[in-house]
Amino acid sequence: MLDIRYPIGVMFLILGGILAVFGAFSNQEMYDIHSRGVNINLVWGCVLLVFGAFMLLMAVRAQRRGKKS
Amino acid sequence: METVRLGQIDYVILIVYTLFVLGIGFALKRYMKTSTDFFLSGRSIPAWITALAFVSANLGANEVIGMGACGAKYGMMTCHFYWLGAVAAMVFVGVFMMPFYYGSKARSVPEYLKLRFDEKTRGFNAISFAVMTIFQSGISMYALAKLLQLLLNWPFGMSVWVSAAVVLIYIFLGGLTSAIYNEVLQFFLIVLGFLPLVVFGLWEIGGWQGLVEKLNVVTKTSEYLVVKGAPPYPDGAWTSVWANMGSSASNPMHIEWFGMVAGLGFVLAFGYWCTDFLVVQRAMAAESMSAARRTPVLATIPKILIPAIVIIPGMIALVARPHEGVFPAASMPKVGEVVQTKIAPPCLGLIPPKVEEKMEFVDGQQQIVRRIKGEKGRNGEPDKVELDYDLVMPMMLVQYFPTGLLGLGLTALMASFMSGMAGNVTAFNTVWTYDIYQSYIMPNRSDNHYLWMGRMATVFGIVVSIAAAYVAAHFNNIMDFIQLVFGFVNAPLFATFLLGMFWKRATGHGAFFGLLAGTGASALHTALTGPTGHWLVANPVHTYGSDMAQNFWMAIFSWTTCFVVTIAISLATPRKKSDAELRGLVYSLTPRFADDDHLGWYAKPEALAVIMLLITIALNIYFW
Repeated sequence: MLDIRYPIGVMFLILGGILAVFGAFSNQEMYDIHSRGVNINLVWGCVLLVFGAFMLLMAVRAQRRGKKS
Repeated sequence: METVRLGQIDYVILIVYTLFVLGIGFALKRYMKTSTDFFLSGRSIPAWITALAFVSANLGANEVIGMGACGAKYGMMTCHFYWLGAVAAMVFVGVFMMPFYYGSKARSVPEYLKLRFDEKTRGFNAISFAVMTIFQSGISMYALAKLLQLLLNWPFGMSVWVSAAVVLIYIFLGGLTSAIYNEVLQFFLIVLGFLPLVVFGLWEIGGWQGLVEKLNVVTKTSEYLVVKGAPPYPDGAWTSVWANMGSSASNPMHIEWFGMVAGLGFVLAFGYWCTDFLVVQRAMAAESMSAARRTPVLATIPKILIPAIVIIPGMIALVARPHEGVFPAASMPKVGEVVQTKIAPPCLGLIPPKVEEKMEFVDGQQQIVRRIKGEKGRNGEPDKVELDYDLVMPMMLVQYFPTGLLGLGLTALMASFMSGMAGNVTAFNTVWTYDIYQSYIMPNRSDNHYLWMGRMATVFGIVVSIAAAYVAAHFNNIMDFIQLVFGFVNAPLFATFLLGMFWKRATGHGAFFGLLAGTGASALHTALTGPTGHWLVANPVHTYGSDMAQNFWMAIFSWTTCFVVTIAISLATPRKKSDAELRGLVYSLTPRFADDDHLGWYAKPEALAVIMLLITIALNIYFW
């Protein structure tokens, strides 16, 4: 059956990518108002990218093991 | 405060999420061949997935918003819902009860009652549970739509229909598997969507230490919190879990330790986690007996951490300074004062006063007028401004999240709503199809027929939920009343299960009349005591310090009544089921289950259970 880690991984890669790119090109003013000057879109986008990549990695590893056995 | 305007990127994030949850439903459609696939996921899901779904199905929008509100209202004492209530009950259901749920041929909790006791006990439980789940998903849909209307100015009907349609599609296609898979995805989204709130909130107010110091000042001096004529709260009233529970007057929840431990920790928590099919169904979908037993035990790991993302933000909201450019300057609202916007500016930390909408005559014309709501004091007259605690989490999101991350936070809120609603709907369609339709309406049909009925029940259940949401929008008080009535039904149930599973002498008549008596005791308790209820008497026989204390004590009376009556009637009536019939249903008649002997000690549910209990005790002591 479908390994749920694939859709989770892909979704977080897409969401993280969107946030990070938006963060990289957005102006600083809104971060001064909301998040103490930190470009939180860029930072959290990267966190989501790492999480998504980790989920995909786990899914691929499980699939390879399944094929071997 | 004006309504919040979302950027395009926020909508993009919401749309990406929606496409994925729907996509999972479509991807799973081809696996739904039998009714067992649809209602029980073919009993094929690994433990880590069912464990996350077990937690997530309970983590609905009501829970997220409600726990944030309680964090602000009661502080760390709210953690009792997790560290006292949930963990012990989850460990108990995994280690002791799951062998009977998973091991018997029962496909649902009501069906277990039929096998163990008799038809009438099952019927009573199935019907009350089916009605309860439908209304609960309706109530949470109403709460979400009302919040989105207030915050974003989204039309109420649109929120209701769109969110219901998404849940309908993915359950209709992929059944319980689709609900469970999406609950795992939603779980990660909820955690990653709310986590930055805690990080920024704590950073800004100087960490945990800063939070403790600021709360000590605010909770002693704020006119919104201090009870008039009562001594101020002691130090740490908001930041300690146990220290102020010696008497009900010295803590914000107004409850003493016995009511908390017996009412919440024993009756209500065990009643919910051990007998509510909404959560038990997730464990019953696991791939093996061992995985089913590990499901609730593994679920305690995320469960003990959830207070960090829902309760702490509520506490931060009480002392955070509103950011310039996000909120208008702080004001000193007065009861009855007219405000222009639907949400008034925050007056205590980030928490705004409650606004009441009423039709009034202005210049000879009927108009909607918004006024600051007052809270009733001891003499029954409004003596101070009432705070709108339900807006705690949304205000935190609006304060700390810029466009982009705000989209993620709101998507997390939608995700929590959908996971809670899907939990209700999948539990409903199973109980309806197996315990009501197959048992009383159309027995002996083909499996395909019941699979079809399950899909129809999904549609029907969601349509009735939508209707309930509209009813709630028009008669808010009726929903409060219904919630109260559910308490009557739920409180005694754990006594029935405890006796059923561990005492072979308990009979069907005993169980049924015990449940009726317990439900009656709940109703009678509410009818005689205050602050809420006391319909039968003008002056309540006893008035508790808070609704919560009253609720916990109702549970204690109800459970005890059910326990005593079940024993008495069981002893007075003959046993109808032989030892052979009760094999696999009662503890003393079931051979010790040995499926997981090949596992190392560390992978056994018992070992993990002990470790998690020790960690939970440590948390209780650390935050004493």
